[in-house]
Amino acid sequence: MRSGDYNTTYKEEISIFQTSFVKCCVGIFIVALVGFVLVADNYFVYIVNLCLIATIGALGLNILTGLTGQISIGHAAFLAIGAYASAILVKYGFPFFLALPLSGLIATVCGFVVGIPSLKLKGLYLAITTFAFGFIVEHVANMWVSLTNGANGMMVLPASIFGICFDTDHTFFFLVFPITVLAVIYARNLVRSKLGRAWIAIRDRDLAAETMGIDLCRYKLSAFALSSFYAGIAGALYAHYMQFIGPTHFELYLSVQYLAMIIIGGLGSILGSIFGAVFMTILPELLKYLPDLFRESYPVIVQRFADINLMLYGTIIMFFVIIEPKGLYGIWNNTKVYWRMWPYTH
Amino acid sequence: MFSDTLTNLFQLTLSGLAVGSIYAVVALGFVILYKATDIFNFAQGELMTLGAFIGYFFIVQLHIPIFWAFLLTFVTTALIGLVIEELFFRPMVGEPIFSVIMVTVGLSIFLKGFIGFSWGSMIKKFPSFVSEEPIHFSGLVVSPGHLVTIIAAGILILIFAIFFKFSSMGIGMRAVANDQDASMLVGISVRKIFGLSWIISGIVAAIGGILLSNITYLHPSLSSVGIKVFPAVVLGGLDSIAGAIVGGLIIGVVENIAGGYLGGDVKEITSFVILIAILMIKPYGLFGKEEIERV
Repeated sequence: MRSGDYNTTYKEEISIFQTSFVKCCVGIFIVALVGFVLVADNYFVYIVNLCLIATIGALGLNILTGLTGQISIGHAAFLAIGAYASAILVKYGFPFFLALPLSGLIATVCGFVVGIPSLKLKGLYLAITTFAFGFIVEHVANMWVSLTNGANGMMVLPASIFGICFDTDHTFFFLVFPITVLAVIYARNLVRSKLGRAWIAIRDRDLAAETMGIDLCRYKLSAFALSSFYAGIAGALYAHYMQFIGPTHFELYLSVQYLAMIIIGGLGSILGSIFGAVFMTILPELLKYLPDLFRESYPVIVQRFADINLMLYGTIIMFFVIIEPKGLYGIWNNTKVYWRMWPYTH
Repeated sequence: MFSDTLTNLFQLTLSGLAVGSIYAVVALGFVILYKATDIFNFAQGELMTLGAFIGYFFIVQLHIPIFWAFLLTFVTTALIGLVIEELFFRPMVGEPIFSVIMVTVGLSIFLKGFIGFSWGSMIKKFPSFVSEEPIHFSGLVVSPGHLVTIIAAGILILIFAIFFKFSSMGIGMRAVANDQDASMLVGISVRKIFGLSWIISGIVAAIGGILLSNITYLHPSLSSVGIKVFPAVVLGGLDSIAGAIVGGLIIGVVENIAGGYLGGDVKEITSFVILIAILMIKPYGLFGKEEIERV
């Protein structure tokens, strides 16, 4: 909090916006983003849309892993379930505005199923379970040809609500943006509620939380359910945006990307999820320009560019975990604190 | 000699044992590391593939005679293990389990990129060091590659059994695995033991990789086979060396039989279904030590 501001009630302390200055900043940001989308060309809007979808998924994973401390290395599985569920429902004539929440619910049910072992298993063992689940879902998507069209992937109809079709980059933004805002507000509210505090207690020490009367079963499962709901929605939006999905979209690699998002952004922080999602979406796009620099001098690098990307991702993940565990959110906070007192920093 | 169905079953079991013994070898490296350092290494599959590619590099690209090439491969992978420990895992001592796991995940992504970058994604054939003429034995067909794999795995396991039972270093490693503070008190250098575990893990991974690519092919996606050791180690119990071996063999055989009768698609996920089932029923595996948490 900046100096000079103080709280007189508990209600103020847990309010969403600490000061009206922050509220103004958020307002300006939203207006600026919408304004940007209205004037920007397709490519930039495409990236904005991908960032928004990734934000929803990252929020979900951060609820489970960052807040509740349950490691999931199979988040892509829930995205896949949401994507396929919505694609198939719409294909068989369901209206999109019903299919979207339904696909989220289907992912939630699967989240429950995967969450059940978490009552017995902790840390490492849970990580392995979610890892295995990710593999199984990927293979089922490959094998169940009658439903998913197997490895060839399936075409997905564009999203449309009451006759309005969201099939261009610009129109899709106005579908995904309100959903993302809702998702962020809901997550932010959860963190400051009883549920959020219980999750944090479980993350810090589950045995201690249990002795304080927190029902581990209920809260762990609710974290799993909510996290997979978010992932399901993100997956469904992705499917209708890309209008094509295949099992290769939801490999282990995607799970690692989402984990990277929340680690780079900042574990257990809502703002961090947004930072991480934006960073991990923009980074590959920026890296696409890299081969042009080496095209003449080192043609080999251009051929094996995907592998360089992988190496870079790996390095970034390790860097943040070892050097800056608080992620971009931590850097953001430190910078804020530094400039607030500038030039009178001690 | 046997009826057809029985022969078929034996055949599947036999080739399952060959693959299973590779799982067992890789799982061994994995368990040794986990036992001593408490690190669950998601990069073990990539480490294995890297070992195989380094072997390929020395034999095919540098034309070094096979014996010396293998020796050089082991030295290189041992060094790689040591460097990984020094660079990435020394700073992580005492950090929460989540961070350590994420470093291994990051490492696996990095190594995957490194392998693809260095050797490309063309399928290569590992230079065979045994004859390819299949051996017929009362109706069963055994390829020498499989036979060598089973024998090599057996010898390796025997060496490690002796190492852990009688050598002072092996006993030191067991002590560290049991209680780090107590072993420090009796004068064991925990630092050295950590380094040693990574060295052994690297060498064993390379052996597994070479054996595996010898009976299949050489490709960056080989690491997905390395992932199969997770079911094996969980089945056996994460901290049990005997468990790693038994678990590896069981997973190899069951997977192969399931693949033989239910089709190749099912083969891929059999081991992971077993994995989840085991975690639900008996999370500490067949031989694993149950953790008791005290508040």
